Amino acid sequence: MSALELPSAVNLARAQFALTIVWHFLFPAFTIGLASYLAVLEGFWLRTGKAVYLDTYRYWLRIFAIAFAMGVVSGLVMSYQFGTNWSVFADRTAPVLGPLLGYEVLTAFFLEAGFLGVMLFGLERVGKRLHFLATCLVAGGTLTSAFWILSANSWMQTPTGHVVGPDGRFAPADWWAIVFNPSFPYRFAHTVTGAYLTTAMIVGAVGAWHLLRDRANPRARLMFSMAMWMAAVVAPAQMIIGDLHGGNSYQHQPAKVAAMEGHFESERRAPAILFGWPDAEAGLVRDRIGIPGLASLYLTHDLDGEVRGLKDMPRETWPTNLPLVFWSFRVMVGLGLLMIALGLAALWLRRHGRLYESPWLHRFAVGMGPSGLIAVTAGWTVTEAGRQPFTVYGVLRTADSVSPVAAPAVAASLAAFAIVYLAVFGAGIWYLLHLFNQVPHAHEPGPPTDQPIRTAGITPAPVLIAGAVADGRPLAQPAE
Amino acid sequence: MSLDLTLIWALLIATAVFLYVVMDGFDLGVGILFPAVRGKAERDVMVNTVAPVWDGNETWLILGGGGLFAVFPLAYATILPALYMPLILMLLALVFRGVAFEMRFRAATLRSQAVWDRSFSWGSYVAAFCQGICLGALVQGIRVEGRAYAGGWWNWLTPFSLLTGAALVAGYGLLGACWLIWKTEGELQLRAYRLARRLGYVTLAAIVIVSAAMPFLSAAFRARWIAWPNLVLAAPVPILVALLAWRFFVALDRRAEVMPFLCALGLFLLSYVGLGISLWPMIVPPAITIWDAATHPSSQAFLLAGAVVLVPMVLVYTGYVYWLFRGKVAAGAPGYH
Repeated sequence: MSALELPSAVNLARAQFALTIVWHFLFPAFTIGLASYLAVLEGFWLRTGKAVYLDTYRYWLRIFAIAFAMGVVSGLVMSYQFGTNWSVFADRTAPVLGPLLGYEVLTAFFLEAGFLGVMLFGLERVGKRLHFLATCLVAGGTLTSAFWILSANSWMQTPTGHVVGPDGRFAPADWWAIVFNPSFPYRFAHTVTGAYLTTAMIVGAVGAWHLLRDRANPRARLMFSMAMWMAAVVAPAQMIIGDLHGGNSYQHQPAKVAAMEGHFESERRAPAILFGWPDAEAGLVRDRIGIPGLASLYLTHDLDGEVRGLKDMPRETWPTNLPLVFWSFRVMVGLGLLMIALGLAALWLRRHGRLYESPWLHRFAVGMGPSGLIAVTAGWTVTEAGRQPFTVYGVLRTADSVSPVAAPAVAASLAAFAIVYLAVFGAGIWYLLHLFNQVPHAHEPGPPTDQPIRTAGITPAPVLIAGAVADGRPLAQPAE
Repeated sequence: MSLDLTLIWALLIATAVFLYVVMDGFDLGVGILFPAVRGKAERDVMVNTVAPVWDGNETWLILGGGGLFAVFPLAYATILPALYMPLILMLLALVFRGVAFEMRFRAATLRSQAVWDRSFSWGSYVAAFCQGICLGALVQGIRVEGRAYAGGWWNWLTPFSLLTGAALVAGYGLLGACWLIWKTEGELQLRAYRLARRLGYVTLAAIVIVSAAMPFLSAAFRARWIAWPNLVLAAPVPILVALLAWRFFVALDRRAEVMPFLCALGLFLLSYVGLGISLWPMIVPPAITIWDAATHPSSQAFLLAGAVVLVPMVLVYTGYVYWLFRGKVAAGAPGYH
């Protein structure tokens, strides 16, 4: 066997899916929360009339536009991926998944074509009320989009409401049961909350970054304060939601939970393993450090409860990459604990009136900026790698889902995706960082109204904005 | 008589694909015409004419792909693997082009803007050419055994598919040139008139050559077009093409501003209808009909309930955006007012 032999077509297709979806999801994970944040900011502005809310709103609206546009272009690829690489899966599951994804496309499309345009046209053109309505609808639209995608994904994890024909094709029997399948509520709540925390970490980091330069900047104070409230309240809540989600998975996907926890043997008073290295061949976790009884407590809510291990389940249902599932889970939980720590530290300092006077906290928050994105990616890795070796859990195997496409074709396209995505989204992220670095000042222009305005996700270049001002045509400022 | 949901869906998706082709067609065409227009100011105007709408235009492609998966999964599951290489190349080109579009506005120096300009133009060429290849490869027929694609990963590459690829580049260029006639003035508009005339000749030649080649591809196409009495029934299509072509060149001579674009749209519509006549009721020639490929009736009904509400809203909004950005884009102006 030569070392240069290509991996199998199915593994290449998996790698391609992982690459494209991880890049894609970075953007929605951020924009779902940011859309709601924008709605809250505009709502506060309408209620109080304070300019600081509008300025902060406009600062983030520019960023939202870019992130949203990148989500759309990367999403374009996703809608073709089931067909190019997973055609057997597409043929068999389409009667169930097709309408769910169809609704997602329609709502995303409607949102994109409709209200984001109004949002970007600017307040001056459409008036405050219509503009606020558009902001709320965009926020609602991102949540609706997430609703359908998570319904589809949850059905793949906990399929119900269908029948499987003799040809292996799924047919819908009960749409209610399909859409609201058993794991959907938990997954939806966990993902949306994760997106909110992701946004809070980024907004908090940007606020903290500017506080480190200028402690008095009211926009930076507002961002930082709101983000820290979010971390203090929502990060602990997320831990509870995550625990409920884990309990649901334990019920429906025991092999996944055993892989997450690193349990090979079924046992009472099962330990929560903090560190170690799962070895599927040997059937044990090497160098493990654990807390006795804790896993039994949080999985069965009984210190002596019996926790099922992988060895009690058929070997062919074990997740194919145990260390990946095991470690991704620890990364997610670890970052979640750090977020809770950040939130509580901020709460404590706020109580003592030192929220804006503690540079160490601001540095901590800057460091935590990407933590939400990493945690969300790790969480999805747990859930998706943990679903293996199935595409539809327990019913359709990944190896039986793949397209009849030659491995060299998949390898070539994988390489092309890797290069193009790195160049394209690398440039996009670089530009986002550049925007984060801009000081949020009074009279934020937001997306200017006398520039080319696109229906979705675009703002003009800063050089052009500067040019417009230099021409002696000041940018419109609404009454504040 | 029961309602034929499949037929409704076939019409809906055919409409979505057509809307995609003509709408993204002219904005891809603007990229295709970039090499023919050198000045930065003129290129800025060109891009500004499509800036408000291109993103919405592209979304129809997502709807086409998503709709095919949702309603005609067998077509989705056989066409996409068969066209694996050109489709992925097209998607990458569109991603690249979309971001180049954004970045050229943000480029700090003229040199970096030139790099993004080139990326934008190349992205447009590759996307258009690949779409044409996909069309040609689909028309030629896709080998299906059971419910899966049964050909190799280079089957799409034939002289015919290369021909349709080139034809679509010319056709999109024509749409782009006519769009520019409509949306610009002065020197750039004159350039667009000249380009439209040349691309008009090329596109018509391409329509004739592709139409002439079609009957040689399969007996089914021959029977559809040439045998009696179909000959009489199908004859209006080529006759209307000839009439429209005549109207198009007259409009160019008279320096009409909207008519050339309408004629170009008409040519696309007739070619599309001609394609429909050839293929009907196949969705994956030579063997899979729309009814073979259709999903479960319950799935069709479930999604249609939402589509009848949402699609008209999307159409109304799309029309509103085009109306809002009506009028000429002047050189030197930063954008719309």
